[in-house]
Amino acid sequence: MLKVPLSRLGQAALVMLVVSAVSFVMFRYVGDPVATMSRENASIEEKAELRRSLGLDQPLLVQYGRFLTRTLSGDLGISYRNQRPVTQLIAERLPATLELVIVATILSLAIGIPLGVLCALKPGGIAARLVQAVSLIGISTPTFVTGIVLILVFAVSLGWLPSFGRGQVVDLGWWSTGFLTISGLKSLILPGVTLALYQLTLIMRLVRAEMIDVLSSDYIRFAKARGLPTHYIHFRLALRNALMPVITVTGLQIGSLIAFAIVTETVFQWPGMGLLFIQAVSFVDIPVMAAYLLFVGLLFVLINTVVDILYAVVDPRLRARSA
Amino acid sequence: MKTLAPPPSLLIRLGAPISVILAAILAFVLVACALLAPFIAPYDPTDLASFELMNAELPPAFTADGDPRFVLGTDNQGRDLLSAMLYGARVSIAIGGGAVLLAASLGVTLGLLAGFYGGKVDSVIMRVADVILSFPTILLALLVSGIARALLSGASTAEWAPIILICAIAIHEWVQYARTVRAATMVEAAKDYVRAAKVIGLPSRRIMLRHILPNVMSPVLVISTINLAAAVLTEATLSFLGVGMPPTYPSLGTLIRIGNEFVFSGIWWIALFPALALVILVLAVNIVGDWLRDRFNPKLRVKR
Repeated sequence: MLKVPLSRLGQAALVMLVVSAVSFVMFRYVGDPVATMSRENASIEEKAELRRSLGLDQPLLVQYGRFLTRTLSGDLGISYRNQRPVTQLIAERLPATLELVIVATILSLAIGIPLGVLCALKPGGIAARLVQAVSLIGISTPTFVTGIVLILVFAVSLGWLPSFGRGQVVDLGWWSTGFLTISGLKSLILPGVTLALYQLTLIMRLVRAEMIDVLSSDYIRFAKARGLPTHYIHFRLALRNALMPVITVTGLQIGSLIAFAIVTETVFQWPGMGLLFIQAVSFVDIPVMAAYLLFVGLLFVLINTVVDILYAVVDPRLRARSA
Repeated sequence: MKTLAPPPSLLIRLGAPISVILAAILAFVLVACALLAPFIAPYDPTDLASFELMNAELPPAFTADGDPRFVLGTDNQGRDLLSAMLYGARVSIAIGGGAVLLAASLGVTLGLLAGFYGGKVDSVIMRVADVILSFPTILLALLVSGIARALLSGASTAEWAPIILICAIAIHEWVQYARTVRAATMVEAAKDYVRAAKVIGLPSRRIMLRHILPNVMSPVLVISTINLAAAVLTEATLSFLGVGMPPTYPSLGTLIRIGNEFVFSGIWWIALFPALALVILVLAVNIVGDWLRDRFNPKLRVKR
């Protein structure tokens, strides 16, 4: 019973070790931190002093060990560009990204599930064909193009919605939220829709495929034979079972939504982690890049591991197979 | 561009619906236009002498104050937008194609090795693949290009941009090839002809390359179509984010990035036309790829 969770945890730890090693190597070897951090005309003694104080004269393994201890205690170094602790920067930007991702997930579920069901119930209908065609266009349209078109229509031409920033935010101590003010909510609409569209096609296709699968199974045929009302069969019996994998995938996708928010945040100048990261990439701000990698890596591994373990606990077949 | 779209006659023989054939023709024409850009473009956007700042930001010819010399208007530097787009599409397709080629050769090789030898080789390769697959394309691509930019000094970044981009995109795409080829190789390796080849003592390399490889290639070609569309999109996204092709040698994504800065001043064409070209190109390739995938997937065919 405990074997699967333990081996999964072992794997997760291994992946995190690899991710931390990559981010350490980046930190240590990509560019020279001393050159980046010291003044233009620092003397050789000053540089050597800085090198010592950063611990860069120590053996490699000692440095990696220190890097791990520092990381585990929440110290991820200081941004070259902003000269502020990276942990602090990320903590500041986290609420913006998470709120965007939450809005996008809710939107994509609220629109994607009904559309998917519609396509599955009437596969030959005009509506279903239209939805299928639109979803193919959706897959072929990059997020930033969607964003630009939305800005052109709703912000530039119509002037209904703001096109950049978060609007007014309310500070709740450690969390700043845009949910509580009108301008904050308005600012969420365009980026939220843009990010949701990326997710929408996936959810729609998944719901459709699952629904078609479930509808052709025996228990639905029996339910029909018993003469149960159609809407009861479709929505009570079929949809519930079709939604199980959808929930899993939505959960797994939260990680990639956070990463994908980089693009949306750039288009809408949304002050989240993604914008922080892309600025770090163009300014070669290694500590921020390394920290973002560690953070997103941790998030991914965490989500994947929890889902895998839950699966093994819920589904005995999986336990038997891997044992 | 063999991977992009099989010639239309072949599609007809395979029983493709008319929409797929039209998409294939469209994709073919677009790619041909892009590849022939130096011959059909009205101006040469890489030639500094061919454009003047005086002509900057002219609207398209069909609008009220358009200039008949520039069909789709000009960009912020006075370059003819249509010419810039043709050259840009060429860059996009070259990088996308390069990434697909690199990913395919890497993925097919590793997939063959994993499927043929099994055991430790297999588990190491597939473990790496799993780790890579658990990160989204865009994040890995950004990391690779970020590290590459940090390693190279500022000046040479622009020169190396196409190679950095190809590697950044391929690092995620090879996994799909490796998985597909590994599965197909395992099936083939259990068949009698491979067992016979082993018995008569042929070297493993020869069995893999001459006996198994030809039999696992067809799914590889099918995946390549969809992957080409995905690679062109990833390249555009990276260029849009400012870590791709530089403005001096723009791809479609770079053009959209430049145009994005002018959207608020009502100069919509610089962003919109390259975006439209990108979407149409990718859509056409995707329609063909989607159909090919369904056509060659026996599981799906039964379901329908």
